[in-house]
Amino acid sequence: MHIAEGFLPPAHAVAWGVASAPFVVHGVRSLTREVREHPESTLLLGASGAFTFVLSALKLPSVTGSCSHPTGTGLGAILFRPPIMAVLGTITLLFQALLLAHGGLTTLGANVFSMAIVGPWTGYAVYRLLRRFDVPLMVTVFCGAFAADLSTYCVTSVQLALAFPDPGSGFLGALGKFGSIFAVTQIPLAVSEGLLTVFVMRLLVQSSKGELTRLGVLVTGGRPQAGAGTGTEAVAR
Amino acid sequence: MSRNAKINALLLFVVAALAVLPLVLGLGDHKEEPFTGADAEAETAITELEPDYEPWFSPLYEPPSGEIESALFSFQAALGAGVLAYYFGLHRGRRQGELRALARQDAATAEAAAEAIGAEPATEPADRA
Repeated sequence: MHIAEGFLPPAHAVAWGVASAPFVVHGVRSLTREVREHPESTLLLGASGAFTFVLSALKLPSVTGSCSHPTGTGLGAILFRPPIMAVLGTITLLFQALLLAHGGLTTLGANVFSMAIVGPWTGYAVYRLLRRFDVPLMVTVFCGAFAADLSTYCVTSVQLALAFPDPGSGFLGALGKFGSIFAVTQIPLAVSEGLLTVFVMRLLVQSSKGELTRLGVLVTGGRPQAGAGTGTEAVAR
Repeated sequence: MSRNAKINALLLFVVAALAVLPLVLGLGDHKEEPFTGADAEAETAITELEPDYEPWFSPLYEPPSGEIESALFSFQAALGAGVLAYYFGLHRGRRQGELRALARQDAATAEAAAEAIGAEPATEPADRA
């Protein structure tokens, strides 16, 4: 659930736009380079974008008695690194802002910052950190996707609390308020997103071993990864 | 079902359960309007915190009704699901094609090695309409 159109004061809207722009521009450059150097990855790029499309269209009920939707940005961040996800996330947000009146053009900068920049970077950081400690692939994927999803909505709460501090308790009071609306609602959805990302990653390990190895998700030789195990199983069949 | 398929089914089952449980347990019952969007709740919170705040921009296009909106959301999900299905279908087909080509190659070499033996006629599946 993104910040609705017109619901950030102009100064904030512009500031978040300025903060997001360089990430998206850098992302477009990474994306064009990736497509030029590895034209064969275009399909998987499309699939990563498609995953974000599906997940951010799924409004799911949550424990707080309200609905929200996952973001689907963890998968692309793990596969192609966060800069490329900044572009794919922005495309999704634009689609929703223009056609669905969900999110908005004036709040696009803020929403891009939370969903297409902080989310992917957080997810990617968690994923890389866990991999360094030899955690099984699918566990790192789950944690990465979970972190990408949840951090997105934590940032949304911070953005709104900055714009609308509580008259009595200030920024922190407002943060608690927006946090209980966005972040708490998001916890079970982030679990769902983690599981769905693991599901798609398992299918990818079966179908696109070569590509995943090139992208560094699967490690050839050396220590066998948990995910690679299911992959060889699939090849053997 | 292979072990792999079982794990995949289990993953999807847990996701479905996580979505259904809040509804079954009636976790929205304490609200006047259960299961509204979190973004709408945030709008309410904003007007509580700053009663004079007026949204200074409205969407260029707004779906005229909830039905149209859900249609557009379904379109978004269908589009994404279609691309994903194309991706996995294509790769599965390619893998099968490669396996078949390999099998044909093997069969050809085997045939060349044992030319004298005629192929046994395969039994046709009975699918008379």
